Amino acid sequence: MANKVWVFVDQFKGEGHPASWEVVAAGRKLADEVGSGLTALVFGEGVEAVAQTAIHYGADEVLLADGAPLAEFRVEAYASQLAKLAQDDTPDVILFPTTTRARELAGMAAIDLNSGVLPDVIAMDLEGDTIVVTRPVYAGKLLAKSQCAAKPQLITLRARAFGKPEADESRSGEVKSVDVVVDEGTMATQVVDYATSDGQVSLTDASVIVSGGRGTSNRADLEPPADITDEKEQEIWRAQQGFLLIGELAEVLGAAVGASRAAVDAGYIPYTHQVGQTGKVVGPDLYIASGISGAIQHLAGMRTSKVIVAINKDPDAPIFKLARFGVVGDLYDIVPALTAAFKERLDK
Amino acid sequence: MKIVVAVKQVPDSAAKVSVENGEVSWGDAPLVINPWDEFAVEAALLLTEEHGGDVVAVSLGDEDSKEALKHALAMGCSEAILISDPSLQNADTQAVAHALAAAIQKVGDVDMAVFGKQAIDGDNAVTPVQVARVLGWPALTLTSKISELDADAKTLKVERSIEEGRQIVEGKLPAVMSVVKDFGEPRYPSFMGIRKASKAEIPVWSAADLGADVPAAVVSWPEMSNPQAREVSNEIIEGGSPEEIAATLADKIIEEGVV
Ligand SMILES: Cc1cc2nc3c(=O)[nH]c(=O)nc-3n(C[C@H](O)[C@H](O)[C@H](O)COP(=O)(O)OP(=O)(O)OC[C@H]3O[C@@H](n4cnc5c(N)ncnc54)[C@H](O)[C@@H]3O)c2cc1C
Ligand SMILES: Nc1ncnc2c1ncn2[C@@H]1O[C@H](COP(=O)(O)O)[C@@H](O)[C@H]1O
Repeated sequence: MANKVWVFVDQFKGEGHPASWEVVAAGRKLADEVGSGLTALVFGEGVEAVAQTAIHYGADEVLLADGAPLAEFRVEAYASQLAKLAQDDTPDVILFPTTTRARELAGMAAIDLNSGVLPDVIAMDLEGDTIVVTRPVYAGKLLAKSQCAAKPQLITLRARAFGKPEADESRSGEVKSVDVVVDEGTMATQVVDYATSDGQVSLTDASVIVSGGRGTSNRADLEPPADITDEKEQEIWRAQQGFLLIGELAEVLGAAVGASRAAVDAGYIPYTHQVGQTGKVVGPDLYIASGISGAIQHLAGMRTSKVIVAINKDPDAPIFKLARFGVVGDLYDIVPALTAAFKERLDK
Repeated sequence: MKIVVAVKQVPDSAAKVSVENGEVSWGDAPLVINPWDEFAVEAALLLTEEHGGDVVAVSLGDEDSKEALKHALAMGCSEAILISDPSLQNADTQAVAHALAAAIQKVGDVDMAVFGKQAIDGDNAVTPVQVARVLGWPALTLTSKISELDADAKTLKVERSIEEGRQIVEGKLPAVMSVVKDFGEPRYPSFMGIRKASKAEIPVWSAADLGADVPAAVVSWPEMSNPQAREVSNEIIEGGSPEEIAATLADKIIEEGVV
């Protein structure tokens, strides 16, 4: 039986992105449903170990393109490599994780393959040999059923929408090395360097997120150091004390720190933390919003969280409507108390 | 430098979007320029202010989309072009990308095409890389900063924001770039700008005018629906002290099995 279902494994510096394993597991299910094998694609340099892990998560075989031109992810190079393999072997569907890299790869490969891309999908249904997907659109205000009439169907799966994958180290499969088709001489870009962020939990993968909003700057009895005289600077200093408390709670919970746009725009915290329509879209098991009012653009980024907890001084804040648990109170009082309570209970 | 910036007209981000009788409706909320594209216009204008040149705004859509173009003109773009054709009614991102790429070719001598990160209606975030591929230009997506640009040597160095932090990439012009927010808040249109924009005649290019084949759409979205309303039972946690509240809340969260 031909291997008609393919999955792309996104890796960074030799580590498979966790969302990739969800995709391999989802690909396994789909392959079983259509009665085909599952082929995983692993590109990079020195990434043989990633290929083995793909087999543990459910791949029958891996096409491994390992070589210098693929050492750094460059979408142009990866798209050429992927398109070549897909032209030779004509899979019906290629699944990708919805990481920044893999989403762009799917988009670019769609052009080379004269097909279409269905990004950020939360459900797949098989109708004949066409996959009908469900995608949130308008920032999750609507759901679209969508499909692609051409082959291969290029589909990126939203992280955490397809269940937790499980590795089975006893699984075996074949790793086939394929030729690297990228010619470095034709490449117009070079990756020079990374300035990586500081080992914090990434928002999109986090199962718990603790977020702060404009309310973090609102504690009157908090006296800024005397050398900060500018009013704006004083406000930022106050907010940062609030975010320190949020960071402590996040640490106890192994959580990522999020923020509202108001907090980002006011300079309390960098944009990479922003949750919402113009920030990151997240769906953790637990989302704790403190000092966030719950504007529609913020809700757009976190409304699918399983359990939402709101801490806000204002009992009429719209965030309470979405919250499983709410506390009407000052985050400066509640957040540290919650940190202490979890420390005790989680034995940390 | 000659820069093209791609802008889309979308329902306001505060609109309550829903499906009524099978049609997407946003009530009486206004259509506006896609918020990410305002950042793109700002970035393009900053670039020409530093390096000289002009910014041409293009949009693909119906007659309504002229409003997004007028906003771009009012911000300071020097020209605007609408791509509109009945054959593009149900265009998917691939078709849009081919049409935008053809328009960029037709404008001619373009050094850079600047895009928003994502259109907030379809939430695809793939059009910029697709346009880059059609043109054969490098895709410098999610750029937060241009650290070097030599317009004569046609080289540049940018910082991109990716999941793992910032990535520094060197590339060549012409290039496609999509921008995140770090270039700066989009400027407000000036009074003069608004006057100029309101008088501007915006040329409309049909599919035939583009002088390239735009492939038919392969992606369709036959069915839109309202997500199921979430049944949340709200519970306000009360207590005599923050410690008491926190203790109850922590227990309840643990009971939900989410930590
Ligand atoms: C095009 C567009 C895109 C946008 N995209 C986003 C986005 O991606 N993400 C996003 O978040 N927003 C976005 N917004 C902004 C959004 O509309 C709101 O302005 C923003 O979310 C408000 O942030 P906030 O809740 O922190 O601030 P506010 O609305 O000012 O709320 C602060 C809250 O803190 C409470 N509070 C104050 N002090 C305390 C205290 N000591 N303890 C406890 N509670 C306290 C107050 O009661 C209030 O409810 C967007 C807006 C537009 C126009
Ligand atoms: N119809 C359109 N007209 C002009 N620009 C568009 C159009 N669709 C998408 N774009 C551009 O491509 C970016 C990404 O869009 P998308 O891939 O649809 O999320 C947008 O921010 C715009 O810059």
